[in-house]
Parts: sequence; structure tokens; C-alpha cells
Amino acid sequence: MSHLTLSYHLNGSARTDLVEGGETLLSLLRYRLDTTSVRQGCKQGTCGSCTVIVDGESRLACITLAATCEGRAIETAESLPGRQGLHPLQQAFMDHFAAQCGFCTTGMLMAAKALLDANPNPSREEVVDAIGGNICRCTGYQSIIDAILAAAEAGRTGVAPASLRRY
Amino acid sequence: MTVALETCHVLRDAATLVGRAPAARFLGGGTLLVRALNEGEADFSTLVRCLDPTLFEIRVSGSRVRLGAGVTMTGILANRELAFLHSAARSVGGPAVRAQATLGGNLFAPPPYGDLCTALLALDARVSVQSGYSARDVSVEELLRRRGDGTREIVTGVELTRPRDARSFRFHKVSKVRPKGVSLLTIAARLEESGGRLSWVRVAYANMAPAPIRALAVERALEGRRLDRESIQAAAAVAVDGISPPTDALASAWYRRKVAPVHLSRLLLGETGRAA
Repeated sequence: MSHLTLSYHLNGSARTDLVEGGETLLSLLRYRLDTTSVRQGCKQGTCGSCTVIVDGESRLACITLAATCEGRAIETAESLPGRQGLHPLQQAFMDHFAAQCGFCTTGMLMAAKALLDANPNPSREEVVDAIGGNICRCTGYQSIIDAILAAAEAGRTGVAPASLRRY
Repeated sequence: MTVALETCHVLRDAATLVGRAPAARFLGGGTLLVRALNEGEADFSTLVRCLDPTLFEIRVSGSRVRLGAGVTMTGILANRELAFLHSAARSVGGPAVRAQATLGGNLFAPPPYGDLCTALLALDARVSVQSGYSARDVSVEELLRRRGDGTREIVTGVELTRPRDARSFRFHKVSKVRPKGVSLLTIAARLEESGGRLSWVRVAYANMAPAPIRALAVERALEGRRLDRESIQAAAAVAVDGISPPTDALASAWYRRKVAPVHLSRLLLGETGRAA
């Protein structure tokens, strides 16, 4: 079986791995590199639980061939917490009870991060569209949308989300 | 199943490779083929991708538009000159799917997908296909007729004429899931007027047949008439003439027959489907 050499950046670190031609990015990240925030859901590109960011765009790791990511910068939810703790999106998700079972959460966070990186001042409709490919069967979405809008607001004003202020 | 990935840098190499190997398929964004691979439904052992820059080009010159087959839905949405296609491109999946899904792939998307393909059918787009060193153009209709017949060609791009104004192209995707779900019926219509009458009409449906189709009876009912309540009523009366919609998990054939005239009327009245 022929393997291909894949050089890329994962969460800021340069890596080189051998991949098979038909190997998905999900398989590489989750099962070989133990990057478990990349969830395996539908494997059909439908549920969004495997959402990662590739060169600034949200992508579905389950329908992306790893070999097509040569030279790309890949971000997963493992990259979100900074030195000072949780990323504002993570904090906002906690504050707004935007996670229940949590299965969709990492994908939601990456879809939201891709949106806020490109558009720090999104409308509610733009947030709805940004998570339009991510399925959550617990929350009913409103708390997730509220959390993303709150994180955007925090990013604009420089004021930390509510619970960071409390503690 | 082990699948090999071949990367080509020019189109003719990719076309030759696909033409030569019956078990090779041309890879676009992966939304169809990698999904099939995951599902264990892959009928291929080699995927061929191509990095030829022409595959990803968008060229607009006057009213003529040429789009490479590798242009993604996100690429279409980022181009203001393609505003007439934005509603169709935006109707495809969420941002992650739109960043991957290509125009070329959409031409081969089975129901309930293929919304952009329906728009291209209504826009009378020509599709460039390549086999080895030889290239030719076919209509979207011809491509759809031959879809899945085993022809060893690759789609390299499409060419179309831009609608004269935003009012003359309309697109509406009907889904039971809000704000976004798969389509149970998609309608695209190009309505060019001259002297207050419809001089050129093209109406296409998705998910009313195994592949997007033209609503020929509707086109005949509208051509040469003013777009008013009377002509719209006449079009709605023949909305499903000659069409046998399917029954599937999303809707029954009966339901599709009932709602198609309603959604067609709304589209023609301008209540839905105006270009962004």
C-alpha cells in the first residue's frame, strides 16, 4: 500500500505524517493523533461534529482527505484555550448553558470561531447560518446562538464574558 | 477498501488518468466521493485530483461567465459579480460544506442534492468536458442525461450568460426543516423580458425526477406572455405536466404534485426566490 507524506501545521505546530490516499482527516486527527475534540458523528458531512478549521475556513474532517491538506494550517478545539484559560467562546458556551451532552460542542466551537475570525460582528442570522451545518439534538440552538453572539460582543468590547468577571 | 490518491497538475493528465482507468474517479471537494468511501459504497479504487489553476478560476467578461469546475460554493458567494447565483450557492449545506462542495461535483449530486445544478440548468449553462487531450462543450441537460453512463470524461468548467437583471433569475429551495434542510423541491427560473413580454423562459426543478429537469409545459405556458396573475395561473396549472415526481423519505409523489404549483406561483409572483 502506498503512503503519502503530509506536511502541515496542527494547532500551530509543524508536523509531517504518512497518510494513505483514502484516509480522512478525521481518521488521522482523531484516531492516529488522539486529537479527540474532532468527533466522529455521521461520517457523511451532515452533522458537523468533526468541524475543524483549515486555513481559516471551517471544514468537515470526515469528508476531507488528509492528503489534500498538504501545507495547510489545521485548527481543532484543542487550540482554543490560551494561557489565561478558556477561549471567550468556550466561556460564553458555559455561561449560556450552550452545551448539554457536549457531543456537538467542539464542532460548534470551531464553526463559531471560523465565523468570528472572519466576521467579529455577526448578526444573529449570520450566526444561524454559520452553525447551519452543525446539528445539536439537546439545546434547541438558541443558547448556542446567544453564546456566540456574547463571545462576539466580548471580543469587540474587550470585556470578558460574565463568569470570568464574577470569578 | 484501500483507495489511492493521484494528484495531477494539468487537466489533460487528470482526464487521461480518469479515461484510462475504469476504477478511477475525479475528486472535487469530496462531499460525494469521500462520503461514499466512508459508507463502504465506493465503486472506485483511485481518486484523481487536479491542481490546474484553470479549474478554480472565475472569469466574468461582460455578460459571459466562466466558472472552473473546482470553484466552491464559498468561492461563488465571495464574488459580487455572481450575485445571481448566491441564493443557489448559499442553499448548499453549512459553511463547511460550502467551502468544500464544488460546482463540478454539484452536477453529479444525486437527489436530494444538486441545487446549484438546477440553477445552471435554468441558466442554460454549457458544460466543458475533457477526455484526454480532447475537450468539448455539452448542455447541462445532455450531461444530466448521460450522468452515470460510465463515460470517462471529466468536467472542467461551465459557461453561461449572466441574467440581464436580478429580477430575471429566481431560485427557491423548499425544505421542511428551517432554517436549512435538504430540498424536497427546488425551482430555478430564468425569465427574460422584451417589450413587456417574456421572450425567453427556462424553468427547472430538482427532486421531481432522478436528476434536475426542465418544466417544459411551464415554459410553454409563459413564453410570449406578460408575467401577470393570469399567465402565472396558467403556468401553475401545468406545473407538473409530463413529470412523475418520486416518493421518498422527504415527501410523497402526491405531496410534491400538490405543492409544486404553489411554490412555482410564489416564485413567479416574486414572493420568494429573488436573487440576493
